[in-house]
Amino acid sequence: MTETSSNGGATGAVTETDAVIIGAGPCGLFAVFELGLLDISCAVIDILDRPGGQCAELYPEKPIYDIPGYPEISGQGLVDRLMEQIAPFHPTFHLSQMVQSLERLPGGTFRLTTDMDETFVAKVVVIAAGGGSFQPKRPPVPGIEAYEDTSVFYAVRKMEAFRDHDLLIVGGGDSALDWTLNLQPIARSLTLVHRREEFRAAPDSVNKMRALLDAGDIDFRLGQVSELRGDNGQLTGAVIKGKDGSQTEVACTRMLPFFGLTMKLGPVADWGLNLDHNLIPVDTEKFETSERGIYAIGDINTYPGKIKLILCGFHEAALMSQDAVKIVYPDKKVVFQYTTSSSSLQKKLGVI
Amino acid sequence: MAKITYVDASGQRYDVDAENGTTVMENAIREGVPGIEAECGGACACATCHVYVDEAFMPVVGEPEPMEEDMLDFAFDVRPTSRLSCQIRVSDDLDGLTVTVPERQG
Repeated sequence: MTETSSNGGATGAVTETDAVIIGAGPCGLFAVFELGLLDISCAVIDILDRPGGQCAELYPEKPIYDIPGYPEISGQGLVDRLMEQIAPFHPTFHLSQMVQSLERLPGGTFRLTTDMDETFVAKVVVIAAGGGSFQPKRPPVPGIEAYEDTSVFYAVRKMEAFRDHDLLIVGGGDSALDWTLNLQPIARSLTLVHRREEFRAAPDSVNKMRALLDAGDIDFRLGQVSELRGDNGQLTGAVIKGKDGSQTEVACTRMLPFFGLTMKLGPVADWGLNLDHNLIPVDTEKFETSERGIYAIGDINTYPGKIKLILCGFHEAALMSQDAVKIVYPDKKVVFQYTTSSSSLQKKLGVI
Repeated sequence: MAKITYVDASGQRYDVDAENGTTVMENAIREGVPGIEAECGGACACATCHVYVDEAFMPVVGEPEPMEEDMLDFAFDVRPTSRLSCQIRVSDDLDGLTVTVPERQG
């Protein structure tokens, strides 16, 4: 299974492929299978650091009861089986990045670029982006927007940027604790804020954090951030509201809130496609968008009668592929075949 | 069956007849109560169906399980009466329950 998950090229890399699939959720993964049967090669891009989309991020352990043939299967279980199923087609995975631009080149192919500066040139594009890209949640602290990217950061790209700062880290999960442990040695001071005494981060991280606390190397405040202080995007302090309603101010120059992820449509809105309430309208014959050669399948599309079920996305992937092959192989006569009986399909699957 | 009242952030009230075994979140979505987003569909995986339970009902509704408590870390303005409505199952005991929707879900 891991052989298929090579993590793409480096920054600046250019990948040429038949199809780019945006989104590595179940529908995007199954599209690799349906396209693969038609000899269409795929590069799969996802903002998360692993395949699976919502199944992997939101409910890896929750049982799903409406996948045909599986009376019960977990989100991660389904992703694992899909990865196994598409392995014969050797898709390339380009993870932890978001497609930023999508444009049609003069020859009719598409060029896509990601926020990691990877470029893709493809004959068809399949948008299987579900609810959009997972992005960090913004805490509803009044005026926090004014400090974003200057004093408030939702991820650590370069640790050096936090050297000699008074850091405020908010949250109780692995991200909050990992960065507390990693940034403490270079920060001028570090205060961790969490709304309760219990942490859901790995026990080892929690123990290490408590040791730092006992040694007086970090400070801990029980509560929630209710207000930020500062000017022109330069943070000087944060007000912490305790459970009892008390308010105390903590001096800080950088804040890192870790409140999990939420789904946002993101740059899809800027690609010139027709949209309807943040969904992409498609036809139900080919699941094509308003642009020839750009398809949308799964939760992100809409059409009369649409329901957001994984199994519906699988069906959409199959019909989409039958049209995509006409663009990828314009001169080829496509004969519909069954995997149960076609020796040519079975060869592709590596079973004969 | 239980009658449940949802109060949205603007103070608007929604009375719903909820069937036993359903969740407080499901009934809010069916009724279209503003502010209950339930992004993950009820998997206790997102904290966007956060509500405040009427204090008088707290002993009946009960405290969150550890998994829900973990997820509440992602909710905002969490209070002692905070619960994720997808984790509250309706029973006759909840008849007359009022829950209030926070100003925002995140």
